[in-house]
Amino acid sequence: MVIGLSHYLTLAAILFTLGIFGIFLNRKNVIIILMSVELMLLAVNINLVAFSAFMGDLVGQIFAMLVLTVAAAEAAIGLAILVVYFRNRGSIAVEDINMMKG
Amino acid sequence: MVIQALIFYLFASITVASGVMVIASRNPVHSVLYLILAFFNAAGLFVLIGAEFLAMILVVVYVGAVAVLFLFVVMMLDINFVQLREGFLQYLPIGGLIGLILLVELGLVFGTWVLAADVAQIAALPIPAVDQVTNTEAIGRVMYTKYVYLFQASGLVLLVAMIGAIVLTLRQREGVRKQSIAVQNARRREDVVATVKVPTGGGV
Repeated sequence: MVIGLSHYLTLAAILFTLGIFGIFLNRKNVIIILMSVELMLLAVNINLVAFSAFMGDLVGQIFAMLVLTVAAAEAAIGLAILVVYFRNRGSIAVEDINMMKG
Repeated sequence: MVIQALIFYLFASITVASGVMVIASRNPVHSVLYLILAFFNAAGLFVLIGAEFLAMILVVVYVGAVAVLFLFVVMMLDINFVQLREGFLQYLPIGGLIGLILLVELGLVFGTWVLAADVAQIAALPIPAVDQVTNTEAIGRVMYTKYVYLFQASGLVLLVAMIGAIVLTLRQREGVRKQSIAVQNARRREDVVATVKVPTGGGV
């Protein structure tokens, strides 16, 4: 029972699908949607690190760190937009976000 | 080997289960806590696979910063979460369909995918042996030399994100009385105090 690359890839695939599923399931709650995006980025990171470890190539881990940076920045900006939106509208329902529609 | 497999299955199953709870939990605070659990278990998987530095960074950045930020926002916004749950089942069929399609596609990729024979030889940056160089040192050796521009660029991304978040959420409220120390210090005695000679019986 040797844990190989395919085990990690399967786990990452399941996590990524869960993220997609979460976005569709929680159409009204932006906070859960942002958390689903974080789950998907975690799945991507697991993929990168697994390939890096099993191929013996360090570049994957460095790339995973950059993905982590971008994920943190994205969460900060997304939550700031969410706070501003809630101040203006008093709700965070995604279906109401059509103010910029021409 | 058996112990390693058992630990992998433990971490992986908890990660997937908490991932399910993140998207299915009724209370967003519980969702954030399950997200933290998922990140901790993913960090455990990273340790298992030999990427200790990334595991610690994952805990520090995700659990220490991102998840706490989520927790702040969830608790700061006064939202009727029961109302937000309406229509949960309405999107279940289409969401399930798309998730299933994606999973089948990923399965097809896994089924037909093979590694090139010489992939281990053409590594751009071979991982040094563990007993000579630790994972952290190996990353540090290339992070600040070969990938210094990417490192600086990621710092720039974080700076822009910080400025953006501050600019977005900063606001001047109406009707808030603030202390202005400069104005207070600029007051002189002559401006605000006057000596008045009051005639007897006349009043001011």
